[in-house]
Amino acid sequence: MSYLASHPLRVATLLGGHVEIVAVALAVALLIAVPLGLFAARRPRLSPWLLGTLGAIYTIPSLALLAVLVRAFGLGFAPIFVALVVYAQFMLARNVVAGIAGVDPAQVDAARGLGMSPLQVLLRVEFPQALPVMIGGVRIAAIAMIAIATLGGYVGGVGLGVLIFNGLTLHQPQMIVAGSVTASALAVAVDALLRLVERRFATA
Amino acid sequence: MAELWAHVAQHLTLAGAALALALLAGLPLGVLAAESAGLRGGVLALAGVGRTLPSLAVLMLLLPWLGVGMAPAIVALALLAIPPIVISVDLAIRGVPAAALDAAAGMGMTPLQRFARVVVPLALPVSFSGLRTAATETIASATLATFIGAGGLGDEIVRGLQTDDAALLFAAAAVVAALALGADLALGAAGRIVAPRT
Amino acid sequence: MSSITFDGVTVRYPGAESDAVENVSFECDDGELVVLLGPSGCGKSTLLRTVNRLVPLAAGRVRIDGNDVNALDAVELRRSVGYVIQAVGLFAHMTVAQNVAVVPSLRGWSRDETARRVDELLRMIGLDPAAYRDRRPSRLSGGEAQRVGVARAIAARPRALLMDEPFGAVDAIVRTALQRELVRIVAELHTTTLFVTHDMDEAFRLADRIVVMRSGRVEQVARPQELFERPATEYVRDLVHAGDDVYRRYFMRGRALLRGLAE
Ligand SMILES: Nc1ncnc2c1ncn2[C@@H]1O[C@H](COP(=O)(O)OP(=O)(O)O)[C@@H](O)[C@H]1O
Ligand SMILES: [Mg+2]
Repeated sequence: MSYLASHPLRVATLLGGHVEIVAVALAVALLIAVPLGLFAARRPRLSPWLLGTLGAIYTIPSLALLAVLVRAFGLGFAPIFVALVVYAQFMLARNVVAGIAGVDPAQVDAARGLGMSPLQVLLRVEFPQALPVMIGGVRIAAIAMIAIATLGGYVGGVGLGVLIFNGLTLHQPQMIVAGSVTASALAVAVDALLRLVERRFATA
Repeated sequence: MAELWAHVAQHLTLAGAALALALLAGLPLGVLAAESAGLRGGVLALAGVGRTLPSLAVLMLLLPWLGVGMAPAIVALALLAIPPIVISVDLAIRGVPAAALDAAAGMGMTPLQRFARVVVPLALPVSFSGLRTAATETIASATLATFIGAGGLGDEIVRGLQTDDAALLFAAAAVVAALALGADLALGAAGRIVAPRT
Repeated sequence: MSSITFDGVTVRYPGAESDAVENVSFECDDGELVVLLGPSGCGKSTLLRTVNRLVPLAAGRVRIDGNDVNALDAVELRRSVGYVIQAVGLFAHMTVAQNVAVVPSLRGWSRDETARRVDELLRMIGLDPAAYRDRRPSRLSGGEAQRVGVARAIAARPRALLMDEPFGAVDAIVRTALQRELVRIVAELHTTTLFVTHDMDEAFRLADRIVVMRSGRVEQVARPQELFERPATEYVRDLVHAGDDVYRRYFMRGRALLRGLAE
């Protein structure tokens, strides 16, 4: 804890960088995963294949994927950013599919019967009801991304991992602990926050 | 190449030992959470927090106390593997239909018979999915054990990066990915075999 | 085979404001089929579950053949009393035969004896043993599952049978068939049976005697005919006269006829 007390500004800056890369990657990942998930939800024969492939990518250990991405993009911001976006696809798309699949078919039927177009059914009935499950996916993805982003300290000099890896090189346990504790706290806080959001949409 | 295989063995030892420890702690904790309404909240809250902690952070947090090497890595990996096991065992046991339990009690099964003959077989599939998650995650996280000097395939990946040896890097990455995927598929298949047909 | 006696039976659930069952007394004679009738929440299931001690008593006594159930070993007691519930509760991981064989195997019957008994029971409930023995519960219709539930309950020749809305979840036609079979089986085996329902027609169709309940208390215990002709309270009068009287009278006669044939 002493490092945290003596270098609050440095920790805060790295924390900011950590949040930033995760937030931006999450936004980009959503732009890909939501259309992908909606597409898969409409094609029940295709969706197991799509989710299976994304799931297989998800099981690849992050350090392994990251190492390959470093070969492709070089050290820096890019490999960790791409890794985050790729990993998030599985959790995000899976929950979009699950959310849509969980909507009561009778309600969809009723909506059609009331004369809603397919797009209206999607936007007015399916999407709002699937939202809590989708937000659940965002939460799980965000937690995983915060964890993976700690490796940004190893390959890109970004985020709280910088404290961990610099601490290892400099034999400074205090730095390592400061980085680990802050990253853990961030994950727990984001989890709690997104659980609140999830609940808020579930009751609405 | 010989070194790669030695690292594979080391990697599997790390992950295997950690999983064994995690099962030893996680199974009873999961049963406890499911069977005791009073303890469930606390146990599941702890498991929930454990689930959100970054694996690298957990590996590093033990460093000041346990130092470096295989033993602390195994402890850290076990700690990471416990929450998914606890959560799935609790979910599995509480998912056993109330009617089946009522019928079992009404037929005169003792609590132990009810547990062994009804709860365990019906809870097995969901519990197994938790083990599967724990196993793939442990194999993945064991890659990071290299950073606390515990060896494993992470060594090869890091060496590949540092020496800019593309062949080594790809080989190590492919092997560790294959291990994780293989464990996922193997445990999925094993789960279907041990799961009672319904 | 057995009589069941309720003597001032009172049950209160932990934290509840009032008694779920309050001071209930009546007797169910040997071989009799007694129906507990009343609206949902009036305490029928609770009363039934005091017999196999799934629910503890706050006061009073339940006796089987004069023996206080609280003095019996709960597990032994349950193995000697059959129990059928609406949700059936067939074990999804066991075959039909394994489900039916649970209590015989708990009681240590031999393999041969159990197998023979299973086939005998499947035939008794109208399911071809060869076709159904190795099926999983998930491959049964609602009516078939409920039949298997009945077979499982009577497998070890229980001294009494407790049934809690067993036919509540099956459609009307299947329900009638199941009711007819139950009357036949109970008459054949001469098994003392307590049967819970909120469906008046079902009660009138099955019962030797009906116990009418209302918010935890007994309103009247009487033969169906008597309930109809001499209701003890306004509540009972309204209850039996709601719906189609002619239809119900017809079924009382039908049942008397069924009984006569079986005996
Ligand atoms: N396990 C329980 N814990 C607390 N209250 C219960 C429990 N089971 C039933 N009750 C309450 O006891 C009363 C009687 O319930 P029950 O015997 O199930 O009625 P019925 O079978 O006639 O529908 C109801 O008010 C019900 O809410
Ligand atoms: Mg009931």
